[in-house]
Amino acid sequence: MWTASLGPKPRMSEATPAFQFASVPQQREAATLGMWTFLATEVLFFGALIAAYSAYRIAWPDEIAAAARHTKVALGAINTAVLLTSSAFMASAVAFDEAKRRRPVVLCLLATAVLGLLFIGIKGYEYCLEYQEGLVPALNFQLGRYGGIGELFFLFYFFATGFHAVHLTIGIAMVVMLAVRTGAGHPPHAPVLRMVGLYWHFVDIVWIFLFPLIYLPGRVG
Amino acid sequence: MRGFPVWPVEAGHYAGEMDALFIALVIVTVLTAGFVCFLLIFFAARYRAGHAADRSHTIEKTWKWEVGWTTASLLIFVGLAVWGADLYLRLYQPPKNAVQIFVVGKQWMWKAQHPGGQREINELHVPVGRAVRLVMASQDTIHSFYVPALRVKQDVVPGRYESLWFEADRPGRYHLFCAEYCGTDHARMGGWLVVMKPREFAGWLRSQGGQPTLAAQGEQLFHSFGCSGCHGPGGTVRAPDLNGVYGGPVALQDGRVVTADERYVRDSILLPKSEVAAGYDPVMPSFAGQVGEDDLAKLVAYVQSLGNARKGAS
Amino acid sequence: MHGPRPNYLTAETTIRSWLFSTDHKRIALLYFASITFFFLIGGLAAVMIRLELVTPAADLVRPDTYNRLFTMHGVIMVWFFLVPSIPTTLGNFVLPLMLGARDLAFPRLNLASWYFYIAGGALTVLALLLGGVDTGWTFYEPYASAFSNGYVTLAVLGIFLSGFSSILTGLNFIVTTHKLRAPGLTWYRLPLFCWSLYSTSVILVLATPVLAMTLLMLVAERVLGIGIFDPALGGDPLLWQHMFWFYSHPAVYIMVLPAIGIVSELIPAFARKKIFGYKFVAWASVAIAAIGFLVWGHHMFVAGQSLYASLIFSFLSYLVAVPSAIKVFNWVATLHKGWIRFDAPMLYAFGFVGLFTIGGLTGLFLAALAIDVHVTDTYFVIAHFHYIMVGGSVSAFFGGLHYWWPKITGRLYPEGWARAAAILMFFGFNLTFFPQFILGWLGMPRRYDAYPPEFQIWHVLSSAGASTLAVAYAMPLFYFFWSLVWGQRAPANPWGVTGLEWLTSSPPPPRNFDTTPVVIRGPYDYVDGQPRPQAENV
Ligand code: HEA
Ligand code: HEA
Ligand code: HEC
Ligand code: CUA
Ligand SMILES: [Cu+2]
Repeated sequence: MWTASLGPKPRMSEATPAFQFASVPQQREAATLGMWTFLATEVLFFGALIAAYSAYRIAWPDEIAAAARHTKVALGAINTAVLLTSSAFMASAVAFDEAKRRRPVVLCLLATAVLGLLFIGIKGYEYCLEYQEGLVPALNFQLGRYGGIGELFFLFYFFATGFHAVHLTIGIAMVVMLAVRTGAGHPPHAPVLRMVGLYWHFVDIVWIFLFPLIYLPGRVG
Repeated sequence: MRGFPVWPVEAGHYAGEMDALFIALVIVTVLTAGFVCFLLIFFAARYRAGHAADRSHTIEKTWKWEVGWTTASLLIFVGLAVWGADLYLRLYQPPKNAVQIFVVGKQWMWKAQHPGGQREINELHVPVGRAVRLVMASQDTIHSFYVPALRVKQDVVPGRYESLWFEADRPGRYHLFCAEYCGTDHARMGGWLVVMKPREFAGWLRSQGGQPTLAAQGEQLFHSFGCSGCHGPGGTVRAPDLNGVYGGPVALQDGRVVTADERYVRDSILLPKSEVAAGYDPVMPSFAGQVGEDDLAKLVAYVQSLGNARKGAS
Repeated sequence: MHGPRPNYLTAETTIRSWLFSTDHKRIALLYFASITFFFLIGGLAAVMIRLELVTPAADLVRPDTYNRLFTMHGVIMVWFFLVPSIPTTLGNFVLPLMLGARDLAFPRLNLASWYFYIAGGALTVLALLLGGVDTGWTFYEPYASAFSNGYVTLAVLGIFLSGFSSILTGLNFIVTTHKLRAPGLTWYRLPLFCWSLYSTSVILVLATPVLAMTLLMLVAERVLGIGIFDPALGGDPLLWQHMFWFYSHPAVYIMVLPAIGIVSELIPAFARKKIFGYKFVAWASVAIAAIGFLVWGHHMFVAGQSLYASLIFSFLSYLVAVPSAIKVFNWVATLHKGWIRFDAPMLYAFGFVGLFTIGGLTGLFLAALAIDVHVTDTYFVIAHFHYIMVGGSVSAFFGGLHYWWPKITGRLYPEGWARAAAILMFFGFNLTFFPQFILGWLGMPRRYDAYPPEFQIWHVLSSAGASTLAVAYAMPLFYFFWSLVWGQRAPANPWGVTGLEWLTSSPPPPRNFDTTPVVIRGPYDYVDGQPRPQAENV
């Protein structure tokens, strides 16, 4: 007998949609719209941070530029490439899935996850370097000569890249899960893969915005 | 308890016009809200269930009504808003000849420094019929200088100067409040604005004891902080001569031209790097953290007096 | 004891079946219990505030305590009562019913949202128990990070968590409204409550993350001592105000749009007449949500923002009044040639229209720059927003609660008592808050525990009104409980009105409808005061 509280989990099964949906396509559309709505939320979350940062960048252009020169632009650039490549693999995974080819999907997902981990690794290495150079606000900040603004810059730096890394970690976890389940012969259905793909690309795009905003001031012109 | 007061006392030239605007708004509001409530009650009574009334020919086409009533009410309100905006803009345009008084807000008191060097706490004495301009700063958090009888209020945000001007036109004692929440004794941060006839005011100023003027105190600080080492004659560093700077335009290194007002002088002392005068090296050190708000006011007053000196001479 | 068919209340009875329910109707009740709890705490703080203000001297509580009282009052009433109130209770309950759906699109997210809310509420209550927060609900900087000695971080994290609840609810409503409408239920056949919940959800989803980030920066500043907003460390205090109001002005529409939606249901229902200008009312909600994002600077007219910005924000504030005006005029026009009944929900709706109009029009006073200079940060502002939030939104909430009570519980409430409470609430409300307009105009600053004696008479009246209000608010508490046990059983459509929610039994079965209704016409379709069937196949 069906019970009110512990109804069947809304499953993403092709055959039967969860009880609240009339059909599978309806369920898929709902999931996609939900993801887009969620991403809209995320845009404003990062947007608020970027807006605040930009306000200071306009108010203190020289100080921000001076501090920004202490970021590791080479590592940042490598990471940009890593993330872009991972997005390409993610897109391929979705394409292969549509072509119903399981092996390549798993391989692409694994590549995506590995590149994601590589990104985190490089980022962690960057954090280490910054720690050694005394660039961590409130902990060991030593760029006194730029006044409070330098520290403020690095606060924004750690905030932005930190939140980005958290998002990426969640993404990696989801991608690994997908890869494992697909590899074990229980492929989740297309909408799930596509939603994770959307999310992955979003995290990538956030980085595309952060990279020039954070690494490049003071380096061009 | 003293009766049912409904109108705040008026003591400023500005209050009268503000009150007129307020009355106009009240009238329009009463008419609008009255109209809404009248129709509400009228329809409710006339078309109550069970009551026989003509209900044929209900109005179906709606957009004419919509657009009509909405624009009508909007236009009236926006008209009043334009009046309010005009008044507001005037509130930020002090006349040139205003007496300038420095006010510092701190938890939980207002301190004032008159041009003649007189200081007071939680009271502000001003002459009737003279424009007064307050240059205000906060030493800690945000406060707000509020005198209901004048209908004026200005938040005082730490880290910068805010200014406010008024002209009191009726002698008396009026409430002075802090209107922005600032901690434990926010409700007790205030006192009185005392508006005096010119003769009495002059007497009050004299009775405060003979101290050097604010500018003269500033001059002393100018030496003790070492400003004169650079800016004075025979300074070791090439620094601008401050005579005549105040009030005029200043060309900056980045190509902008700004007016040398009290904000500029303040920023020059605390944030010298933010606006560097054209033709000079940015070598002036920041005095942030070394000069308190009281002393800043004196230095600014001194630089101001230098500005006037040159103009007088030429 | 119960009818032959199990309904959502009786289908399962264990505590577990409630705490882990994914049924939108049960979650609505979970929310309902929680927001009532928070309303009582917030109300208790209001009672203390009003008691303190009876005399000019600070004699009941110490100044620090008073500051903690109004902070907690504001924080709890805004984030833990009014923002979630209508959407998560009535909205959660009736939105799927109105759409002819079996549940929201994401039932488990719905449950998660309640847990986020509870976690946030728990942190905030913990902050309260440990000694409270003394910043005001606006957490103005640099006070909040550099000077306050309360449990700011804890309370802020509580609000942060409750933000996830807002976002999840908004997301769920948006998707549900787009994707789960019954066959034939086009956008223009949606009840207006759905339109307003939809607009509210857009704000929830877009504004809340900004607040989340802003609060995190506050925590970072306070915990790490880095100057994001503190000028002593290089920060800019006005940036805080911009970011806070960028959320909080749209948030006031989160607090009023659902109420507006309820009133748009009640008036046609009890006037037995089609709403006047359906499309205008519907799009007005969307317009309010959109323009509402552009007016935040009207909270900063004397804060030192540029004059130019002030002029623009002032003008835009008038623009945002236009859709509100459209609504008010259309409600009134709906009554024309109706068959009007005065059941308790309708009394609340009448109260709403009057009080919202007064609150809104005094908002226009505040938006008129010169007036704001005098009355900002005085009781005039306090009166303005209580007129809208208490006189308006809370009244509408009660109106909706009475209206849907039979549907929710399957019982009828005692009508006589309900009308008495509605009328008492109206008078108590005006007695409490009208004097505050006068106080504000006289120059009484807000957040004052002590004040000059000439203001006392109005404070005494206000406190007397608040006591009346407390009695009026307590009445429904009693008769609603009474009706649960002794109330008459409710038929499916006790009011004889249109709306899909009235097609299913009261209380509804676990999955709302036995068969999905097929909608054939829009809502509020009355011919000579009689509803026309809205769906077939039922
Ligand atoms: C639900 C809550 C809610 C709502 C809906 C509103 C609606 C409005 N508010 Fe209000 N407001 C608050 C809650 C709300 N406000 C709060 C909480 C604060 C203080 C926060 C704090 O500092 O703690 C505040 C403060 C506040 C201020 C700042 C005051 C100050 O601190 O100095 C201003 C200034 O412009 C303002 C304006 C407005 C305007 C123009 C509207 C408009 O949307 C109103 C529109 C409605 C109408 C106009 C009425 C209906 C229309 C007619 C009957 C037709 C005729 C009219 C025309 C066509 C123009 N509000
Ligand atoms: C959002 C919703 C909301 C609601 C519903 C209310 C409800 C009330 N508020 Fe509200 N108020 C705010 C939001 C709200 N307020 C905000 C945001 C502020 C600004 C805070 C700040 O400055 O930071 C404020 C500030 C504020 C002040 C100004 C404080 C100051 O600046 O010094 C005052 C003063 O009178 C006041 C009074 C009241 C009263 C009397 C009620 C009444 O309507 C409450 C009535 C309710 C009850 C009385 C509870 C029910 C009672 C019973 C069921 C009886 C039995 C129970 C008990 C006795 C516990 N409020
Ligand atoms: C080390 C030398 C030095 C000292 C000490 C110094 N200044 Fe300066 N000051 C300069 C130089 C160089 C400039 C021009 C470059 C600039 O604008 O920063 C300047 C600019 C200014 C200006 C802007 C003038 C203009 O023409 O635009 C003001 C005002 C000023 N100083 C005031 C002061 C005061 C007050 C003090 C003491 C509290 C002080 N200075 C101490 C070197 C100094
Ligand atoms: Cu100073 Cu309030
Ligand atoms: Cu607002």
